[in-house]
Amino acid sequence: MLAPKPESNNETVKIMSIHSERPLSPHLMIYKPMLTMMISMMHRITGAILYFGALFLVWWLAAAAAGPEYFSLVHGYLTSWLGLLVLFGFTWALIHHLIGGLKHFLWDTGAGFERPMLEILAIFSALSSPALAVVVWAIAYLVR
Amino acid sequence: MSLRTPLNDAKNHGSAHSGTMHFWFQRVTGIASVPLTLFLIILGIYLTGQSNEGIMATLKNPFVALGLIATVIVFAWHMKLGMQVIIEDYVHGKWAKYAGLLANIGFSVFIALVGIFSILKISFGA
Repeated sequence: MLAPKPESNNETVKIMSIHSERPLSPHLMIYKPMLTMMISMMHRITGAILYFGALFLVWWLAAAAAGPEYFSLVHGYLTSWLGLLVLFGFTWALIHHLIGGLKHFLWDTGAGFERPMLEILAIFSALSSPALAVVVWAIAYLVR
Repeated sequence: MSLRTPLNDAKNHGSAHSGTMHFWFQRVTGIASVPLTLFLIILGIYLTGQSNEGIMATLKNPFVALGLIATVIVFAWHMKLGMQVIIEDYVHGKWAKYAGLLANIGFSVFIALVGIFSILKISFGA
């Protein structure tokens, strides 16, 4: 038993309270927000968004399997202006997570951790994902 | 007193007793997701502006159906692994954590089953 007894010793109480209030990983509040950190967080956030976005994909597929009436109802929801806005958001999140994933494959090789490269990669993923989402939707509407 | 050596405990197993397979399958499903995501985006572009009958005809195409089944399986697997890490990072209450981990498996399996069943039903006659 190495743990000190919580007696009236003030120093002991203080140490124990520091120990119990020690922030658990990842404790975001003590860091100054930085670009690389924000983009890293966006990878997890877009992943969580896409997790629930899978419901929309499967709902749409289930509607197609259910029959023409229900499919046209669901397809109508998803192609309303609100539905299209949500789908554009998912396209953005999907491409952001794709670019972030490719970045992780690069990091898995041990490359890309140097200072300027790290910032370039962060800026690239922040800017390329909305740009590519717009390009995808522009192509979709141009070739329709 | 165990006769197991520390090396034997360490082999293939970290403190979570699951070794590196979580990391490995996160990467394997991630690599598979790259072409499957491109497939999904191209399919979305192709289906844009089509009539409902046209969409159904495309979904009945065996190559599209196989691509969609692969996409649903790989995405559901990747989702399960990713959300598991999020839960393990942020949910520390014992019961809440295990409830979350089980719900995560349930949700991912639900996505995979409904997706696969729907695609098969469309292909074999809906």
